[in-house]
Amino acid sequence: MARAPLYLARESYRRRRLTDAARLLPVVGIVLIILPILWGPVDGDGPATAGAKVYLFAVWFGLVAVAWLLSRALSRPVEGADQPSGTSASADRDAG
Amino acid sequence: MMISFNILVLVCITYVILLFLVAFAVERRAERKRIGWLRSSVVYTLSLSVYCTAWTFYGAVGYAARSGLEFMTIYLGPTLIFVGWWWLLRKLVRIGRTQRVTSVADLISARYGKSNLLGVIVTVIAVVGVTPYIALQLQSVTLSFGVFAAETPDWAPQDLESSAIWLAAGLALFTILFGTRNLDANEQHHGVVTAIAVEAVVKLIALLAVGIFVVWFVADGVGDIARRIDASPISTWELQPGRWVGLTFLSAVAIFTLPRMFQVMVIENSDERHLATASWAFPLYLFLMSLFVVPIAVVGLEIMPASVNPDTYVLTIPLAMEQELLATLAFLGGFSAATSMVIVASIALATMVSNHIVMPVWLSLATRGGSGPGDVRRLVLRSRRASIMVVLALGYAYFRVTGGSEALAAIGLIAFVGLAQLLPAMVGGIFWRGATRVGATAGLGIGFAVWLYTLFLPSFGPDVILPASVLADGPWGVDWLRPRALFGVTGLDPLLHAMFWSLFLNASAFFIGSLLSFPTPIERVQGAQFVNVFDLNTGARGWSQSSAEAEDLLVMAQRIMGEHEAQRFFEAEAQVQGKAGLLPDTTPDFIERLEKRLSSSVGSATAHAMVGQIVGGAIVSVEELMAVANETAQIMEYSSQLEAKSEELSRTARQLREANAKLQELSIQKDAFLSQISHELRTPMTSIRAFSEILREGGALDDDARVKFSGIIHDEAIRLTRLLDDLLDLSVLEHGQVQLSFESENLGKLIDRAILASASVAPGRSLTIDRDHSAENITVTSDIGRLSQVFINIVSNARKYCDAERPHLTIRVRQNRGRIDVDFIDNGSGIPRKSQALIFEKFARLTDTTTAGGAGLGLAICREIMARLGGTITYLPGQGGAAFRVTFPQTLAEAA
Repeated sequence: MARAPLYLARESYRRRRLTDAARLLPVVGIVLIILPILWGPVDGDGPATAGAKVYLFAVWFGLVAVAWLLSRALSRPVEGADQPSGTSASADRDAG
Repeated sequence: MMISFNILVLVCITYVILLFLVAFAVERRAERKRIGWLRSSVVYTLSLSVYCTAWTFYGAVGYAARSGLEFMTIYLGPTLIFVGWWWLLRKLVRIGRTQRVTSVADLISARYGKSNLLGVIVTVIAVVGVTPYIALQLQSVTLSFGVFAAETPDWAPQDLESSAIWLAAGLALFTILFGTRNLDANEQHHGVVTAIAVEAVVKLIALLAVGIFVVWFVADGVGDIARRIDASPISTWELQPGRWVGLTFLSAVAIFTLPRMFQVMVIENSDERHLATASWAFPLYLFLMSLFVVPIAVVGLEIMPASVNPDTYVLTIPLAMEQELLATLAFLGGFSAATSMVIVASIALATMVSNHIVMPVWLSLATRGGSGPGDVRRLVLRSRRASIMVVLALGYAYFRVTGGSEALAAIGLIAFVGLAQLLPAMVGGIFWRGATRVGATAGLGIGFAVWLYTLFLPSFGPDVILPASVLADGPWGVDWLRPRALFGVTGLDPLLHAMFWSLFLNASAFFIGSLLSFPTPIERVQGAQFVNVFDLNTGARGWSQSSAEAEDLLVMAQRIMGEHEAQRFFEAEAQVQGKAGLLPDTTPDFIERLEKRLSSSVGSATAHAMVGQIVGGAIVSVEELMAVANETAQIMEYSSQLEAKSEELSRTARQLREANAKLQELSIQKDAFLSQISHELRTPMTSIRAFSEILREGGALDDDARVKFSGIIHDEAIRLTRLLDDLLDLSVLEHGQVQLSFESENLGKLIDRAILASASVAPGRSLTIDRDHSAENITVTSDIGRLSQVFINIVSNARKYCDAERPHLTIRVRQNRGRIDVDFIDNGSGIPRKSQALIFEKFARLTDTTTAGGAGLGLAICREIMARLGGTITYLPGQGGAAFRVTFPQTLAEAA
């Protein structure tokens, strides 16, 4: 079996980093969604719920937007076939 | 204007007929392979909305009214899983497609070596977990009818009662019609999925419409709503960290373990790229569904009397505002949410029940009866239809038994925790090759039992199933076994408590069981296929070449896939193999593909068992593998023995050839020796005869002549004698008959004697000799006579053959670890390379010009002598002349 190349062309390199970003996104999401538990008790009559609501919906919408950008980039067909199997290319190629 | 019961029923029926038409039209198009956009990513994403059931549609507002923003956890969890699709969902979908999985139970059963026991366990968990959930949907529809009923006093309560059963029956009809129309190759239900997508649009529009109405018509826009939120009881809500994290996690798990989600996400997926779209589009859908939940809850709390159930605000607010059309739309939205969930869930459950419970039971009965597989196709369809009815009947029964429960969310979360028990086996199975059937079975079993004991059974309330005393004090009064405070953990609310213990014990059992057990071969093959699904393209090798008759397989396949489909599949396979007709060779590849194809209809475990019946126990067992391995090892051993033998033979043959060549050479040498010796003898004999004849005849011979002639005769006679002596000497030496006499002598003196003795040879030639007397001062113990014979021979040769103008001989002596090297080097032209190997042979004289001396036996004799003395005589090339090295031990033991 031929070994995967150690260094990749720019195109495939970009794509690898895109998949890294796709993997990272839920981790960022988890941190942002868990964050409100660290906010501590609100003293006084501040608008806690309204603030939290705006924050959470903003995070939510942000996740959707980034996921949209990533999925658009990842769905683009790959040029060149230097992708080893098991990475993004195979998924898209096989699906297409 | 009041909406009468009849109108509402009419609306419902019209809506349902519309769905029937949509599903029917799509099925018709699908049959003609013209589905195109109907299988687009939009439809896929919308179909995923079966996650949003009536629980979402009505319950989220109620949840928000009770617990503030906590309702969001139910949608944030799935959002995380979807935006992180690259981790898990992508792999699940790929596995589902390559393994042709039919349900979540099938996935787990296939991963752990097509184990039917696991399939049964998962099916049972799913049925127990989902049945209440279906009851919840029936309840929500009844509840929404009830809301309208409260407005119109002419409704009789029995209408409400009967609405649930009519609904269940209608759903059963729809599901049976479109969910079990065919036993399709890839188990996809285009009609159902499209109808679900339509319902997804309806419920989204309905909820958005109510939300917009509440924000811009009841309140005065966004600013006003924000003020109202701050003023409402919700604003004092405080986030509970445990529940926040726990519920987010739970809903994240539920999105891929719930059978209905698995059904639409993995099984109904027709193109992996749709998942990429759904990764953002589905979270967006959830986002939109949640957007107006808090405003509706806040306004509801504000304007509705406290007696109104917050779960019904979506309906009661428009009704209170006298917006009957909006209320009807909202009702349809809730109705859509409920029906779509029930339809998909019952299809998923029916597939599991028929594939993992009905089929195996029937198969074992058929086997016991001695007959092969009968009409499986009809049986599978019937069992699915029956399963759908049973599932809906169970849901209805559950609804009737526990009809009083008001909080919808509680039942939903209980089901989530139950299905979350699949998490370790599922995720462990697709990421960890070490996961085994034993681990998965133990984990699922323990997790399910703990869930039943700590959450599901107590949820019925005290004294319904679990006695109140058990709930309060634990079974037999054992305090630390209290269902809601297991092992003394009282700091968690019941849901988190059950989730923690069931998943913790489940995962522990899964890992420990996996670590301690050893997987079967099929398990290992399947494990590798699941975990490395992106690396492997070839199928598993489960079947060995077998005696299975292609015809039997065709008969069976026809019963499952339908005649036309099966024949087309077989024909294509035969064509691939280069054969005409319908019957391909039953190669392992073919059987493998057939099994996969069948498993998409009846599940992998059943397909495996059915093919196994026909192939006749060709399932590879460990023992067989071992036997095969042993046999192979034996064959290899045998062949390596043969190889060794043949090598030995060829070596012997080579030796024989060499020996033969040597013999021929020896024979030639012997001939040469004889002719040489006769020549050597004849030359002196000829002259002796000639001169002796002259002397005998007398005649005029003067004395001088007579003396001269007799002198010649004498010389020749001496030469003959010497030759014969040499021959005799050589013969004695060669046959090892020589007697050695040992004495000690100084090497210098030995060389002196040799030079002196050789001086008689060619006395006309002068030879200067260069010696190193100090080095020669060594006492040697050997056969001194023989040794000096060798030295004499070498020095004589130098005298005779050195062709330099001023002949010069260098003698050097070296001691080397008990051995002595004596080098004799002259300054002549030496011996040509090609002759160097010959000089020690008998009669090997290089030139015939100087015949004086010997018959070419000298060096041959030297070699024999040195061999007797435990030494050697060799020619040293590259010394600027003829050079010989004589090596011998300083002290030769007498025994030798």
